[in-house]
Amino acid sequence: MTIQVRLFAALRELAGASRVDGEGRNAGEVADGLAANYGERFAAIAAVSSFVVNGEPAARDTPVAEGDEVAILPPVSGG
Amino acid sequence: MGAVSDDQTLVRITAEPLSVDEALAFIAEPSSGGSCIFVGTVRDSDADGVAVTGLTYESWNDVAADRLREIANRLRDRWPIRKVALLHRTGDLGVGDASVVVAVSGAHRAEAFEACREGIEQLKHDVPIWKKELLATGEGHWVMGA
Repeated sequence: MTIQVRLFAALRELAGASRVDGEGRNAGEVADGLAANYGERFAAIAAVSSFVVNGEPAARDTPVAEGDEVAILPPVSGG
Repeated sequence: MGAVSDDQTLVRITAEPLSVDEALAFIAEPSSGGSCIFVGTVRDSDADGVAVTGLTYESWNDVAADRLREIANRLRDRWPIRKVALLHRTGDLGVGDASVVVAVSGAHRAEAFEACREGIEQLKHDVPIWKKELLATGEGHWVMGA
């Protein structure tokens, strides 16, 4: 089951890509799976990130399925 | 959430320099007796006092523009304001460059001041934009916000 993942800012740099494939039954599992690949810094930021699934605000336990898009958003710092 | 026609709200995420004059011109209207404008600029030091040479802003553009529109709607629900402009720059900025403009017009100054202040606070918390500080040491680091 492949989930499309969008990454931004520090997470994008640590992964080396703005779009990657992930796996998991919910948004949090997808993030945890990527963190296992991309290291402790990625894991630490993912742990305080928020999620958007298919364009809608989501939570770590929001279910995801094949073809869904999960965006992992580090704490924002605009302004 | 209040309906907002496009001619009452201007939102923009852009890599081009921001124009304060454009924002002021947009929010001007005959029924307005007061305009309040906040301009955020790139500061030459970070939170720890380390010298900063510039900032890079990254945005999730489509979502960011939607969130800006939602902020404008919330301000309008809370205050009897006239026009709102919310502009944010992306890309590489130097010290002194404007990164954000929040402009609000109202019949009276009180609602213009209050809505403008709330607008920049919500923008900093709710909009998917991230800044990377480029330090004089040559290092760069992403700022983790709220």
